[in-house]
Amino acid sequence: MSLHVLKAGTQTSIQDLGRPGFAHLGISTSGAADAYSFQIGNKLVGNDPNDAALEITLSGGKYEFDVDAIIAITGSEFDATIDDEPVSNWAAFKVKKDQCVQINSSSNGARCYLCVQGGINVPALLGSRSTHLITGLGGFAGRALQKGDVLDFGQKNETKITRINNVEKIQKHLNRDKIRVTKGLEGDWFDDDAWHDFLNKQYTVSQSFSRMGIRLEVGAIIQSSKGNEIVTQGIPLGAVQVPGNGKPIISFVEHQTTGGYPRIVNVINADLCKVGQLKPGDTFQFELVTLEAAEQLFAEQLNFIHNL
Amino acid sequence: MLCQQQRFNGVTNSTDFIIAPASDRTLLIKFGDDHSPKIQKAVFQLSHYLLNNPLEGILNIHPGYTSIMVAVDVEKKSIQAVQKSLQQVIKNARAMELPGPVLVDIPVLYGGQHGPDINKVAEHSDLSKKEVIAMHSSGDFQVSFIGFTPGFPYISGMDETLVTPRFKNPRKNVPAGSIGIGGNQTGIYPLLSPGGWNLIGQTPLQIFDIKHPEKALIKMGDRIKFNPISKAEFEQQLHS
Repeated sequence: MSLHVLKAGTQTSIQDLGRPGFAHLGISTSGAADAYSFQIGNKLVGNDPNDAALEITLSGGKYEFDVDAIIAITGSEFDATIDDEPVSNWAAFKVKKDQCVQINSSSNGARCYLCVQGGINVPALLGSRSTHLITGLGGFAGRALQKGDVLDFGQKNETKITRINNVEKIQKHLNRDKIRVTKGLEGDWFDDDAWHDFLNKQYTVSQSFSRMGIRLEVGAIIQSSKGNEIVTQGIPLGAVQVPGNGKPIISFVEHQTTGGYPRIVNVINADLCKVGQLKPGDTFQFELVTLEAAEQLFAEQLNFIHNL
Repeated sequence: MLCQQQRFNGVTNSTDFIIAPASDRTLLIKFGDDHSPKIQKAVFQLSHYLLNNPLEGILNIHPGYTSIMVAVDVEKKSIQAVQKSLQQVIKNARAMELPGPVLVDIPVLYGGQHGPDINKVAEHSDLSKKEVIAMHSSGDFQVSFIGFTPGFPYISGMDETLVTPRFKNPRKNVPAGSIGIGGNQTGIYPLLSPGGWNLIGQTPLQIFDIKHPEKALIKMGDRIKFNPISKAEFEQQLHS
């Protein structure tokens, strides 16, 4: 039971929910960049939440199945087809033996997920099937997929949901016009003027965007009043760091485990999925919320997935 | 605007540590600002304690020089609950006997193509190349923590004479095993990676294998001794 990669796309990698437990050895968690869309995809095809799937970035590629399979595409719209018949996101579809799934270029965000019933069957390394692209750990040979790769997948029987009716709600969860943040550990290093600029200007995602971090441009160039270096310490996922040039960097799923730049804010759990959908040229604004609000929003998001 | 977090009662203040939320999924335990032996010991103790007695709801621990950040599995435990448990854990950890430090010998081929920046370090510290090697290889070093990229040891204790600023534009490819000086720190690049430190030499040893991180040659708390070796010794040890 395999899927044959006829064309791999810009950067397609195998991901699950990540590899916790090794940060003290310098290994960040990795895992799906938009874990929200990833989990819904797995749910649509009847998989467990952590079953591995394909994370497709910017452009998709072509995949042929050597048996009948059930698939779902979630995340951003990539204009996908099964043997030239259009398929919509957020629904499970049957693919027949020898049919081709073609995934074109994104018409909105950075990533979509191709979930296959049974999950992609690569060996788990350090407890996870996710690819840590920067270090070549896990996934399929530790790298992004290439033409000619053959991926096995497992077997499962039924699906509980095959289609989602409440797609508007999902679009709302993924809408990246505003990215909500809580105040960061070095928030006080920035004065009121810097904060005002930071929260009121539109930021643009630069060409330097990866699973490790996303560099921002335009927006406000902000400077801390207490210097540009902290005593090296742990970096949280979603930390917005401000280096000496004043242009913020969002640390992401393959981030460095420790660092030395002041952190003005941190993206909230519920909005990490939006960061996973940011692509070069996107513009957005940061919105400051309280930690209580952040916890509430994440609980609601989990609840929404749970009740699908 | 800046006071929005106050309602959260976020920060636990004690005489010798604070615990503060770093995000809605992480907590920072900070023992102070100065990297003193006392604070270093507290970081070692709590790290060892948490690694040997995993606390429910903690996904990851990130030790630093004077702090430890923990990532919380907020689907299982609230950060407030973990914050509360940590207060007791920190007390328990303080009574913990640390294992005696392991001394790790790191053979280094200094200079040449293996350490292209050794002349820059020599010039900056007003020493000869030989003196740089002598000073670097006679130092009493300790691994404060592993961080940044997989297996990268942050090594403390370098003689201040050797302090040399990092490059403004990091190299794209630093070979695995390269020994660098970045500011007042020295370190070993475990894997081929980008890096902005001044490269003074290279070890032929594989210090880290990403597939077997638990078998790392260098661990937090270890003492490090750099030993100069010849080109012939380097070649001989490279594949052994």
